[in-house]
Amino acid sequence: MTGNTYLPAGMPAPVPSPDGLDVPYWEGTRQNKLLVQRCDDCGTWQWGPEWLCHNCQSFNMKWLQTEDRGLIYSWERPWHPAHPALKGHGPYTVVLVELPEAGNIRMIGNLLGPVDQEVVIGSPVEAVYEAHDDADIPYTLVQWQVTR
Amino acid sequence: MTTRSIKGKAAVVGIGETTYYKHGQSPDSEFVLALQSILKAAEDAGIDLREIDGFTSYSNDRNDPSRLAAAIGIHDLKFSNMHWGGGGGGVAAAVANAAAAIASGFADCVVVFRALAQGQFRRFGEALPDPTVSGDPAYMRPYGVMSPAQNYAMRATRFMHDHDVRNDVLRAIAMASYQHAQNNPRAIMQGKPLDAQKYDDSRWIVEPVNRLFDCCQENDGAAALIMVSAERARDMKQTPAYLVGAAQGSDHRCGAPVMNSSNFASSSFSTVAERLYESAGVTAKDIDVVQSYENFTTGVMMAVVEHGFCAPEEANDFFTLDNLTCAKGSMPLNTSGGNLAECYMHGMGLQLEAVRQIRGTSCNQVAGARLAMNIAGPMVTPVSSLVMGSEETLS
Repeated sequence: MTGNTYLPAGMPAPVPSPDGLDVPYWEGTRQNKLLVQRCDDCGTWQWGPEWLCHNCQSFNMKWLQTEDRGLIYSWERPWHPAHPALKGHGPYTVVLVELPEAGNIRMIGNLLGPVDQEVVIGSPVEAVYEAHDDADIPYTLVQWQVTR
Repeated sequence: MTTRSIKGKAAVVGIGETTYYKHGQSPDSEFVLALQSILKAAEDAGIDLREIDGFTSYSNDRNDPSRLAAAIGIHDLKFSNMHWGGGGGGVAAAVANAAAAIASGFADCVVVFRALAQGQFRRFGEALPDPTVSGDPAYMRPYGVMSPAQNYAMRATRFMHDHDVRNDVLRAIAMASYQHAQNNPRAIMQGKPLDAQKYDDSRWIVEPVNRLFDCCQENDGAAALIMVSAERARDMKQTPAYLVGAAQGSDHRCGAPVMNSSNFASSSFSTVAERLYESAGVTAKDIDVVQSYENFTTGVMMAVVEHGFCAPEEANDFFTLDNLTCAKGSMPLNTSGGNLAECYMHGMGLQLEAVRQIRGTSCNQVAGARLAMNIAGPMVTPVSSLVMGSEETLS
Protein backbone atom coordinates (compact mmCIF):
# COMPACT_ATOMS: atom_id res chain seq x y z
CA MET A 1 0.00 0.00 0.00
CA THR A 2 1.05 3.61 -0.35
CA GLY A 3 0.69 4.16 3.41
CA ASN A 4 -1.61 7.02 2.55
CA THR A 5 -4.97 5.30 2.60
CA TYR A 6 -8.03 6.25 4.65
CA LEU A 7 -8.66 2.71 5.95
CA PRO A 8 -5.93 0.34 7.12
CA ALA A 9 -4.20 -2.28 4.97
CA GLY A 10 -5.92 -5.64 4.65
CA MET A 11 -9.36 -4.44 3.61
CA PRO A 12 -11.04 -6.39 0.79
CA ALA A 13 -9.59 -5.31 -2.56
CA PRO A 14 -11.92 -4.63 -5.51
CA VAL A 15 -11.42 -6.48 -8.79
CA PRO A 16 -13.46 -6.09 -11.99
CA SER A 17 -16.42 -8.44 -12.45
CA PRO A 18 -15.42 -11.74 -14.05
CA ASP A 19 -17.98 -11.07 -16.80
CA GLY A 20 -16.20 -7.83 -17.75
CA LEU A 21 -19.19 -5.59 -17.06
CA ASP A 22 -17.39 -2.92 -15.02
CA VAL A 23 -13.82 -3.07 -16.41
CA PRO A 24 -14.11 0.52 -17.81
CA TYR A 25 -14.90 1.91 -14.34
CA TRP A 26 -11.87 0.33 -12.69
CA GLU A 27 -9.57 1.28 -15.61
CA GLY A 28 -10.90 4.84 -15.39
CA THR A 29 -10.15 5.23 -11.71
CA ARG A 30 -6.52 4.19 -12.37
CA GLN A 31 -6.32 7.34 -14.53
CA ASN A 32 -8.16 9.49 -11.93
CA LYS A 33 -11.30 9.56 -14.06
CA LEU A 34 -14.83 8.83 -12.92
CA LEU A 35 -16.54 6.77 -15.62
CA VAL A 36 -20.19 5.80 -15.19
CA GLN A 37 -22.89 4.27 -17.39
CA ARG A 38 -25.28 6.20 -19.60
CA CYS A 39 -27.74 4.70 -22.06
CA ASP A 40 -26.78 5.63 -25.62
CA ASP A 41 -30.41 5.35 -26.73
CA CYS A 42 -32.43 7.25 -24.12
CA GLY A 43 -29.72 9.12 -22.16
CA THR A 44 -30.51 7.59 -18.76
CA TRP A 45 -27.62 7.55 -16.29
CA GLN A 46 -27.30 4.29 -14.41
CA TRP A 47 -25.35 3.08 -11.37
CA GLY A 48 -24.16 0.52 -10.33
CA PRO A 49 -23.11 -1.05 -13.58
CA GLU A 50 -25.72 -3.18 -15.33
CA TRP A 51 -26.02 -4.73 -18.77
CA LEU A 52 -29.44 -3.30 -19.54
CA CYS A 53 -30.84 0.25 -19.37
CA HIS A 54 -33.52 0.19 -16.67
CA ASN A 55 -35.46 2.94 -18.43
CA CYS A 56 -35.67 1.82 -22.08
CA GLN A 57 -34.39 -1.78 -21.81
CA SER A 58 -31.63 -1.17 -24.35
CA PHE A 59 -28.35 -3.11 -24.11
CA ASN A 60 -26.60 -0.06 -25.54
CA MET A 61 -24.99 1.19 -22.33
CA LYS A 62 -21.94 3.45 -22.79
CA TRP A 63 -19.26 4.60 -20.33
CA LEU A 64 -18.95 8.39 -19.95
CA GLN A 65 -16.64 10.47 -17.78
CA THR A 66 -18.56 12.55 -15.26
CA GLU A 67 -17.61 15.45 -13.00
CA ASP A 68 -15.62 14.74 -9.83
CA ARG A 69 -18.22 16.35 -7.62
CA GLY A 70 -21.44 15.52 -5.84
CA LEU A 71 -23.62 16.12 -2.80
CA ILE A 72 -23.81 14.11 0.41
CA TYR A 73 -27.07 12.15 0.22
CA SER A 74 -26.60 10.14 3.43
CA TRP A 75 -23.81 9.07 5.75
CA GLU A 76 -22.79 6.69 8.51
CA ARG A 77 -19.92 6.24 10.93
CA PRO A 78 -19.27 2.59 11.78
CA TRP A 79 -17.64 2.03 15.17
CA HIS A 80 -17.92 -1.74 15.47
CA PRO A 81 -15.26 -3.48 13.35
CA ALA A 82 -16.94 -6.01 11.05
CA HIS A 83 -13.62 -7.01 9.42
CA PRO A 84 -10.33 -8.16 11.00
CA ALA A 85 -8.41 -5.31 9.31
CA LEU A 86 -10.55 -2.80 11.21
CA LYS A 87 -10.02 -4.26 14.70
CA GLY A 88 -8.58 -1.52 16.91
CA HIS A 89 -8.83 1.08 14.15
CA GLY A 90 -11.75 3.04 15.57
CA PRO A 91 -14.62 4.76 13.78
CA TYR A 92 -14.54 5.86 10.15
CA THR A 93 -16.98 7.86 8.06
CA VAL A 94 -18.77 6.65 4.95
CA VAL A 95 -20.81 8.88 2.67
CA LEU A 96 -23.39 8.12 0.03
CA VAL A 97 -22.82 10.77 -2.62
CA GLU A 98 -25.29 11.70 -5.35
CA LEU A 99 -23.99 13.09 -8.63
CA PRO A 100 -26.34 15.81 -9.93
CA GLU A 101 -24.40 15.98 -13.20
CA ALA A 102 -24.99 12.28 -13.85
CA GLY A 103 -28.71 11.92 -13.21
CA ASN A 104 -28.35 11.83 -9.41
CA ILE A 105 -26.82 8.36 -9.38
CA ARG A 106 -25.23 7.51 -6.01
CA MET A 107 -21.79 6.24 -5.01
CA ILE A 108 -20.22 5.17 -1.75
CA GLY A 109 -16.87 6.34 -0.44
CA ASN A 110 -15.14 7.44 2.74
CA LEU A 111 -15.30 11.09 3.78
CA LEU A 112 -11.70 12.25 4.19
CA GLY A 113 -10.82 14.52 7.09
CA PRO A 114 -11.22 14.32 10.88
CA VAL A 115 -13.32 11.33 11.90
CA ASP A 116 -15.35 13.44 14.32
CA GLN A 117 -16.23 16.08 11.72
CA GLU A 118 -19.89 17.02 11.53
CA VAL A 119 -21.46 15.55 8.41
CA VAL A 120 -24.23 17.61 6.84
CA ILE A 121 -26.55 16.03 4.28
CA GLY A 122 -26.56 18.15 1.12
CA SER A 123 -22.96 19.36 1.50
CA PRO A 124 -20.95 19.55 -1.74
CA VAL A 125 -18.05 17.11 -1.96
CA GLU A 126 -15.31 16.39 -4.48
CA ALA A 127 -13.68 13.12 -5.45
CA VAL A 128 -10.18 12.21 -4.28
CA TYR A 129 -8.49 9.28 -6.01
CA GLU A 130 -6.79 6.90 -3.57
CA ALA A 131 -4.32 4.67 -5.41
CA HIS A 132 -3.44 1.23 -4.09
CA ASP A 133 -0.46 0.65 -6.38
CA ASP A 134 1.07 -2.16 -4.34
CA ALA A 135 -1.98 -4.42 -4.41
CA ASP A 136 -1.67 -7.73 -6.29
CA ILE A 137 -4.02 -6.22 -8.84
CA PRO A 138 -3.46 -2.44 -8.45
CA TYR A 139 -6.66 -0.44 -8.00
CA THR A 140 -7.82 3.04 -7.10
CA LEU A 141 -10.65 3.88 -4.71
CA VAL A 142 -12.76 7.01 -5.11
CA GLN A 143 -12.92 8.91 -1.81
CA TRP A 144 -14.65 12.21 -1.09
CA GLN A 145 -13.89 15.41 0.76
CA VAL A 146 -16.04 18.38 1.58
CA THR A 147 -15.52 21.16 -0.98
CA ARG A 148 -13.86 24.17 0.67
CA MET B 1 -63.36 -8.62 -2.21
CA THR B 2 -61.59 -10.29 -5.08
CA THR B 3 -62.10 -14.02 -5.55
CA ARG B 4 -58.32 -14.34 -5.90
CA SER B 5 -57.73 -13.52 -2.22
CA ILE B 6 -55.96 -15.97 0.10
CA LYS B 7 -58.19 -14.73 2.93
CA GLY B 8 -59.45 -17.51 5.19
CA LYS B 9 -58.16 -20.37 3.04
CA ALA B 10 -55.56 -21.73 5.48
CA ALA B 11 -54.68 -21.48 9.16
CA VAL B 12 -51.82 -22.06 11.55
CA VAL B 13 -52.71 -24.99 13.79
CA GLY B 14 -49.40 -25.78 15.47
CA ILE B 15 -46.34 -23.87 16.69
CA GLY B 16 -43.06 -25.02 18.15
CA GLU B 17 -39.64 -23.72 18.99
CA THR B 18 -36.47 -25.11 20.54
CA THR B 19 -34.81 -23.68 23.59
CA TYR B 20 -33.33 -20.41 22.38
CA TYR B 21 -29.56 -20.07 22.86
CA LYS B 22 -26.97 -17.33 22.59
CA HIS B 23 -25.03 -17.82 19.36
CA GLY B 24 -22.61 -20.69 19.53
CA GLN B 25 -24.18 -22.19 22.66
CA SER B 26 -26.55 -24.76 21.18
CA PRO B 27 -25.54 -28.29 22.20
CA ASP B 28 -27.31 -29.57 19.08
CA SER B 29 -26.58 -29.13 15.38
CA GLU B 30 -28.73 -26.89 13.23
CA PHE B 31 -30.48 -29.86 11.60
CA VAL B 32 -31.36 -31.35 14.98
CA LEU B 33 -32.72 -27.96 16.06
CA ALA B 34 -34.92 -27.87 12.94
CA LEU B 35 -36.29 -31.33 13.72
CA GLN B 36 -36.93 -30.45 17.37
CA SER B 37 -39.00 -27.40 16.41
CA ILE B 38 -41.04 -29.37 13.86
CA LEU B 39 -41.73 -32.17 16.38
CA LYS B 40 -42.91 -29.60 18.89
CA ALA B 41 -45.18 -27.91 16.36
CA ALA B 42 -46.73 -31.27 15.39
CA GLU B 43 -47.33 -32.10 19.03
CA ASP B 44 -48.92 -28.69 19.56
CA ALA B 45 -51.18 -29.30 16.54
CA GLY B 46 -52.02 -32.81 17.70
CA ILE B 47 -51.03 -34.45 14.41
CA ASP B 48 -48.87 -37.41 13.46
CA LEU B 49 -45.56 -36.08 12.10
CA ARG B 50 -45.97 -38.16 8.95
CA GLU B 51 -49.04 -36.15 7.97
CA ILE B 52 -46.66 -33.34 7.00
CA ASP B 53 -46.40 -33.18 3.21
CA GLY B 54 -44.78 -29.82 2.51
CA PHE B 55 -42.09 -27.41 3.68
CA THR B 56 -41.49 -23.73 3.07
CA SER B 57 -38.66 -21.56 4.31
CA TYR B 58 -36.64 -18.49 3.33
CA SER B 59 -33.16 -16.95 3.37
CA ASN B 60 -31.55 -20.11 1.97
CA ASP B 61 -32.20 -22.20 5.05
CA ARG B 62 -29.62 -24.99 5.02
CA ASN B 63 -32.00 -27.77 6.12
CA ASP B 64 -33.62 -28.85 2.91
CA PRO B 65 -37.03 -30.51 2.68
CA SER B 66 -35.76 -33.77 1.20
CA ARG B 67 -33.47 -34.38 4.15
CA LEU B 68 -36.20 -33.39 6.60
CA ALA B 69 -38.74 -35.63 4.87
CA ALA B 70 -36.33 -38.56 4.89
CA ALA B 71 -35.54 -38.03 8.55
CA ILE B 72 -39.20 -37.84 9.51
CA GLY B 73 -40.30 -40.68 7.26
CA ILE B 74 -42.76 -38.76 5.08
CA HIS B 75 -44.21 -41.07 2.44
CA ASP B 76 -45.28 -38.48 -0.11
CA LEU B 77 -43.51 -35.09 -0.06
CA LYS B 78 -45.76 -32.83 -2.14
CA PHE B 79 -44.42 -29.28 -1.78
CA SER B 80 -40.95 -27.76 -1.24
CA ASN B 81 -40.50 -24.03 -1.46
CA MET B 82 -37.65 -21.59 -0.81
CA HIS B 83 -38.41 -17.88 -0.88
CA TRP B 84 -35.54 -15.91 -2.46
CA GLY B 85 -33.79 -13.10 -0.69
CA GLY B 86 -31.38 -12.72 2.17
CA GLY B 87 -32.15 -11.45 5.62
CA GLY B 88 -35.50 -12.10 7.22
CA GLY B 89 -37.53 -10.31 4.56
CA GLY B 90 -39.11 -13.56 3.45
CA VAL B 91 -40.54 -14.93 6.68
CA ALA B 92 -44.10 -13.72 6.06
CA ALA B 93 -43.83 -14.81 2.42
CA ALA B 94 -42.88 -18.33 3.57
CA VAL B 95 -46.13 -18.48 5.57
CA ALA B 96 -48.07 -17.11 2.60
CA ASN B 97 -46.43 -19.64 0.26
CA ALA B 98 -47.50 -22.48 2.56
CA ALA B 99 -51.07 -21.16 2.56
CA ALA B 100 -50.97 -20.81 -1.24
CA ALA B 101 -49.86 -24.43 -1.59
CA ILE B 102 -52.77 -25.55 0.58
CA ALA B 103 -55.31 -23.31 -1.15
CA SER B 104 -54.25 -24.53 -4.58
CA GLY B 105 -54.26 -28.19 -3.59
CA PHE B 106 -50.54 -28.85 -3.94
CA ALA B 107 -50.26 -30.01 -0.35
CA ASP B 108 -52.41 -30.47 2.77
CA CYS B 109 -50.17 -30.03 5.79
CA VAL B 110 -47.25 -27.64 5.36
CA VAL B 111 -44.47 -26.76 7.78
CA VAL B 112 -42.94 -23.28 7.74
CA PHE B 113 -39.62 -23.31 9.55
CA ARG B 114 -36.28 -21.58 10.12
CA ALA B 115 -33.25 -23.03 11.88
CA LEU B 116 -30.05 -21.21 12.70
CA ALA B 117 -26.92 -22.29 14.47
CA GLN B 118 -24.60 -19.35 14.04
CA GLY B 119 -22.05 -21.13 16.18
CA GLN B 120 -21.94 -24.07 13.79
CA PHE B 121 -21.90 -21.75 10.80
CA ARG B 122 -20.83 -18.14 10.20
CA ARG B 123 -22.29 -15.18 12.10
CA PHE B 124 -24.30 -12.66 10.08
CA GLY B 125 -22.60 -9.65 11.65
CA GLU B 126 -19.10 -10.57 10.51
CA ALA B 127 -17.90 -9.85 7.01
CA LEU B 128 -16.78 -12.63 4.71
CA PRO B 129 -13.00 -12.98 4.83
CA ASP B 130 -12.57 -12.75 1.03
CA PRO B 131 -9.35 -10.89 0.12
CA THR B 132 -10.88 -9.62 -3.14
CA VAL B 133 -14.43 -8.63 -4.04
CA SER B 134 -16.20 -7.94 -7.32
CA GLY B 135 -19.62 -6.73 -8.44
CA ASP B 136 -21.76 -4.78 -5.95
CA PRO B 137 -19.46 -5.57 -2.97
CA ALA B 138 -16.49 -4.04 -4.83
CA TYR B 139 -18.15 -0.62 -4.49
CA MET B 140 -18.93 -1.07 -0.78
CA ARG B 141 -16.60 -3.36 1.19
CA PRO B 142 -13.27 -1.62 0.42
CA TYR B 143 -14.86 1.45 2.07
CA GLY B 144 -15.87 -0.50 5.16
CA VAL B 145 -19.53 -1.13 4.27
CA MET B 146 -19.89 -4.87 4.76
CA SER B 147 -22.16 -5.83 7.68
CA PRO B 148 -25.96 -5.61 7.75
CA ALA B 149 -25.81 -2.65 10.15
CA GLN B 150 -23.47 -0.83 7.78
CA ASN B 151 -25.53 -1.76 4.72
CA TYR B 152 -28.78 -0.33 6.10
CA ALA B 153 -27.89 2.61 8.35
CA MET B 154 -27.71 4.98 5.36
CA ARG B 155 -31.40 4.44 4.58
CA ALA B 156 -32.50 5.32 8.09
CA THR B 157 -30.13 8.29 8.39
CA ARG B 158 -31.70 9.79 5.28
CA PHE B 159 -35.29 8.97 6.39
CA MET B 160 -34.73 10.54 9.82
CA HIS B 161 -33.15 13.60 8.19
CA ASP B 162 -36.06 14.01 5.75
CA HIS B 163 -38.73 13.73 8.45
CA ASP B 164 -36.94 15.10 11.54
CA VAL B 165 -37.30 11.79 13.40
CA ARG B 166 -35.45 11.76 16.73
CA ASN B 167 -33.39 8.86 18.11
CA ASP B 168 -35.88 8.60 21.04
CA VAL B 169 -38.09 6.73 18.60
CA LEU B 170 -35.47 4.01 18.23
CA ARG B 171 -34.98 3.85 21.99
CA ALA B 172 -38.72 3.36 22.56
CA ILE B 173 -38.78 0.45 20.08
CA ALA B 174 -35.84 -1.24 21.81
CA MET B 175 -37.30 -0.70 25.27
CA ALA B 176 -40.70 -2.11 24.24
CA SER B 177 -39.09 -5.37 23.12
CA TYR B 178 -37.07 -5.63 26.34
CA GLN B 179 -40.07 -4.80 28.52
CA HIS B 180 -42.15 -7.54 26.88
CA ALA B 181 -39.29 -10.04 27.16
CA GLN B 182 -39.29 -9.70 30.96
CA ASN B 183 -42.58 -11.69 31.05
CA ASN B 184 -41.42 -14.30 28.53
CA PRO B 185 -39.66 -17.41 29.90
CA ARG B 186 -38.40 -18.27 26.39
CA ALA B 187 -36.63 -14.92 26.09
CA ILE B 188 -32.86 -14.77 26.25
CA MET B 189 -33.09 -11.29 27.74
CA GLN B 190 -35.60 -12.20 30.47
CA GLY B 191 -34.11 -10.85 33.69
CA LYS B 192 -32.03 -8.29 31.76
CA PRO B 193 -34.26 -5.21 31.54
CA LEU B 194 -33.32 -2.17 29.48
CA ASP B 195 -33.90 1.33 30.79
CA ALA B 196 -33.35 4.64 29.03
CA GLN B 197 -30.00 5.23 30.71
CA LYS B 198 -28.62 1.83 29.75
CA TYR B 199 -29.72 2.44 26.15
CA ASP B 200 -28.19 5.93 26.04
CA ASP B 201 -24.92 4.65 27.53
CA SER B 202 -24.59 1.80 25.04
CA ARG B 203 -21.87 1.96 22.42
CA TRP B 204 -22.35 2.94 18.82
CA ILE B 205 -22.37 0.13 16.30
CA VAL B 206 -23.03 2.54 13.43
CA GLU B 207 -23.48 6.23 14.26
CA PRO B 208 -25.90 8.07 14.01
CA VAL B 209 -28.67 5.45 14.13
CA ASN B 210 -27.51 2.10 15.54
CA ARG B 211 -26.50 1.78 19.17
CA LEU B 212 -25.88 -1.71 20.55
CA PHE B 213 -29.50 -2.09 21.69
CA ASP B 214 -30.86 -1.06 18.29
CA CYS B 215 -29.37 -4.21 16.77
CA CYS B 216 -30.82 -7.73 16.88
CA GLN B 217 -29.13 -10.54 18.74
CA GLU B 218 -27.47 -13.45 16.96
CA ASN B 219 -28.73 -16.78 18.24
CA ASP B 220 -28.97 -20.53 17.84
CA GLY B 221 -32.33 -22.27 17.68
CA ALA B 222 -35.23 -23.15 15.45
CA ALA B 223 -38.93 -22.36 15.18
CA ALA B 224 -41.68 -23.90 13.09
CA LEU B 225 -45.39 -23.63 12.47
CA ILE B 226 -47.85 -25.95 10.77
CA MET B 227 -50.62 -24.89 8.38
CA VAL B 228 -53.64 -26.80 7.07
CA SER B 229 -56.83 -25.80 5.26
CA ALA B 230 -59.33 -23.63 7.13
CA GLU B 231 -61.93 -26.42 6.99
CA ARG B 232 -59.64 -28.89 8.67
CA ALA B 233 -58.31 -26.31 11.15
CA ARG B 234 -61.76 -25.84 12.67
CA ASP B 235 -61.79 -29.44 13.96
CA MET B 236 -58.30 -29.43 15.41
CA LYS B 237 -56.87 -29.10 18.90
CA GLN B 238 -55.85 -25.42 18.85
CA THR B 239 -57.76 -22.23 18.11
CA PRO B 240 -56.86 -21.58 14.44
CA ALA B 241 -54.96 -18.46 13.44
CA TYR B 242 -56.20 -17.83 9.90
CA LEU B 243 -54.16 -16.14 7.22
CA VAL B 244 -56.24 -13.04 6.45
CA GLY B 245 -53.91 -11.44 3.92
CA ALA B 246 -50.32 -11.42 2.72
CA ALA B 247 -48.06 -9.63 0.25
CA GLN B 248 -44.43 -9.68 -0.78
CA GLY B 249 -42.09 -7.83 -3.11
CA SER B 250 -40.46 -4.40 -3.23
CA ASP B 251 -40.75 -1.15 -5.15
CA HIS B 252 -38.97 0.35 -8.17
CA ARG B 253 -35.34 -0.76 -8.47
CA CYS B 254 -35.20 -1.64 -4.77
CA GLY B 255 -32.38 -4.05 -5.54
CA ALA B 256 -30.38 -1.60 -7.69
CA PRO B 257 -26.67 -1.92 -6.89
CA VAL B 258 -24.65 0.42 -4.66
CA MET B 259 -27.67 1.90 -2.85
CA ASN B 260 -29.32 3.26 -6.00
CA SER B 261 -32.90 2.19 -5.29
CA SER B 262 -35.38 4.85 -6.41
CA ASN B 263 -37.08 5.04 -3.02
CA PHE B 264 -33.95 4.82 -0.91
CA ALA B 265 -35.08 6.21 2.46
CA SER B 266 -37.47 3.34 2.98
CA SER B 267 -38.00 -0.07 4.59
CA SER B 268 -38.90 -1.44 1.10
CA PHE B 269 -42.60 -1.80 2.05
CA SER B 270 -44.09 1.21 0.22
CA THR B 271 -45.91 -0.90 -2.39
CA VAL B 272 -46.10 -4.15 -0.40
CA ALA B 273 -48.09 -2.62 2.48
CA GLU B 274 -50.72 -1.33 0.09
CA ARG B 275 -51.16 -4.78 -1.44
CA LEU B 276 -51.30 -6.38 2.02
CA TYR B 277 -54.25 -4.21 3.04
CA GLU B 278 -55.99 -4.88 -0.28
CA SER B 279 -55.47 -8.60 0.19
CA ALA B 280 -56.68 -8.61 3.81
CA GLY B 281 -59.54 -6.16 3.33
CA VAL B 282 -58.60 -4.30 6.51
CA THR B 283 -56.85 -1.04 7.41
CA ALA B 284 -54.14 -0.18 9.92
CA LYS B 285 -56.83 0.98 12.35
CA ASP B 286 -58.25 -2.58 12.48
CA ILE B 287 -54.97 -4.18 13.59
CA ASP B 288 -54.81 -5.06 17.30
CA VAL B 289 -51.14 -6.03 17.67
CA VAL B 290 -48.02 -5.78 15.49
CA GLN B 291 -44.98 -8.03 15.31
CA SER B 292 -42.36 -6.17 13.26
CA TYR B 293 -39.00 -7.81 12.56
CA GLU B 294 -36.17 -6.00 14.26
CA ASN B 295 -32.94 -6.38 12.36
CA PHE B 296 -32.51 -2.82 13.56
CA THR B 297 -34.95 -0.51 15.33
CA THR B 298 -34.60 1.85 12.36
CA GLY B 299 -36.21 -0.71 10.08
CA VAL B 300 -39.10 -1.24 12.50
CA MET B 301 -39.74 2.50 12.58
CA MET B 302 -39.80 2.85 8.80
CA ALA B 303 -41.82 -0.36 8.27
CA VAL B 304 -44.50 0.66 10.78
CA VAL B 305 -44.72 4.07 9.12
CA GLU B 306 -44.93 2.50 5.66
CA HIS B 307 -47.75 0.24 6.88
CA GLY B 308 -49.68 3.40 7.71
CA PHE B 309 -49.79 3.26 11.52
CA CYS B 310 -48.58 6.85 11.62
CA ALA B 311 -47.31 9.46 9.19
CA PRO B 312 -43.54 10.04 9.08
CA GLU B 313 -44.08 13.46 10.65
CA GLU B 314 -45.97 11.86 13.56
CA ALA B 315 -43.24 9.34 14.40
CA ASN B 316 -41.77 11.30 17.32
CA ASP B 317 -45.13 11.32 19.11
CA PHE B 318 -46.28 7.85 18.05
CA PHE B 319 -43.24 5.75 19.00
CA THR B 320 -43.29 6.01 22.79
CA LEU B 321 -42.79 3.15 25.23
CA ASP B 322 -46.35 3.49 26.52
CA ASN B 323 -47.85 3.42 23.06
CA LEU B 324 -45.87 0.33 22.03
CA THR B 325 -46.41 -1.88 25.08
CA CYS B 326 -49.29 -4.25 25.68
CA ALA B 327 -50.80 -2.69 28.80
CA LYS B 328 -51.90 0.66 27.38
CA GLY B 329 -50.46 1.03 23.89
CA SER B 330 -52.51 1.85 20.82
CA MET B 331 -50.12 -0.35 18.83
CA PRO B 332 -48.59 -3.08 21.03
CA LEU B 333 -45.35 -4.08 19.31
CA ASN B 334 -43.19 -7.21 19.48
CA THR B 335 -44.99 -8.71 22.45
CA SER B 336 -42.60 -11.67 22.82
CA GLY B 337 -39.53 -9.45 22.97
CA GLY B 338 -38.85 -10.08 19.30
CA ASN B 339 -35.47 -10.42 17.67
CA LEU B 340 -33.97 -7.94 20.12
CA ALA B 341 -34.87 -9.62 23.39
CA GLU B 342 -36.62 -12.97 22.88
CA CYS B 343 -34.43 -14.55 20.24
CA TYR B 344 -33.16 -13.78 16.77
CA MET B 345 -34.82 -16.71 15.06
CA HIS B 346 -34.76 -14.69 11.85
CA GLY B 347 -38.31 -13.49 12.47
CA MET B 348 -39.87 -16.92 12.83
CA GLY B 349 -40.34 -16.35 16.55
CA LEU B 350 -42.41 -13.27 15.72
CA GLN B 351 -44.71 -15.39 13.53
CA LEU B 352 -45.29 -17.77 16.43
CA GLU B 353 -46.05 -14.80 18.66
CA ALA B 354 -48.71 -13.52 16.23
CA VAL B 355 -50.36 -16.96 16.46
CA ARG B 356 -50.29 -16.81 20.27
CA GLN B 357 -51.97 -13.40 20.20
CA ILE B 358 -54.81 -14.81 18.08
CA ARG B 359 -55.09 -17.84 20.38
CA GLY B 360 -55.06 -15.58 23.45
CA THR B 361 -52.00 -17.29 24.97
CA SER B 362 -49.23 -14.67 24.78
CA CYS B 363 -47.14 -13.81 27.83
CA ASN B 364 -48.12 -10.24 26.98
CA GLN B 365 -51.62 -10.86 25.73
CA VAL B 366 -53.38 -7.92 24.12
CA ALA B 367 -56.94 -8.13 25.44
CA GLY B 368 -59.36 -9.22 22.74
CA ALA B 369 -56.75 -9.38 19.96
CA ARG B 370 -58.40 -10.56 16.75
CA LEU B 371 -56.10 -9.23 14.01
CA ALA B 372 -52.31 -9.52 14.27
CA MET B 373 -49.94 -8.06 11.71
CA ASN B 374 -46.55 -9.53 11.04
CA ILE B 375 -43.96 -7.47 9.17
CA ALA B 376 -40.90 -9.39 7.98
CA GLY B 377 -37.32 -8.15 7.81
CA PRO B 378 -37.32 -4.52 6.60
CA MET B 379 -34.88 -2.74 4.25
CA VAL B 380 -33.87 -5.90 2.37
CA THR B 381 -35.52 -6.98 -0.88
CA PRO B 382 -37.89 -8.66 -1.43
CA VAL B 383 -39.81 -8.05 1.81
CA SER B 384 -43.13 -9.47 2.97
CA SER B 385 -45.88 -8.93 5.52
CA LEU B 386 -49.12 -10.61 6.53
CA VAL B 387 -52.19 -10.39 8.72
CA MET B 388 -53.46 -13.30 10.81
CA GLY B 389 -56.88 -13.31 12.37
CA SER B 390 -59.39 -15.18 14.47
CA GLU B 391 -62.49 -16.93 13.06
CA GLU B 392 -64.69 -13.85 13.53
CA THR B 393 -62.45 -11.72 11.30
CA LEU B 394 -63.27 -13.84 8.25
CA SER B 395 -66.94 -12.95 7.98
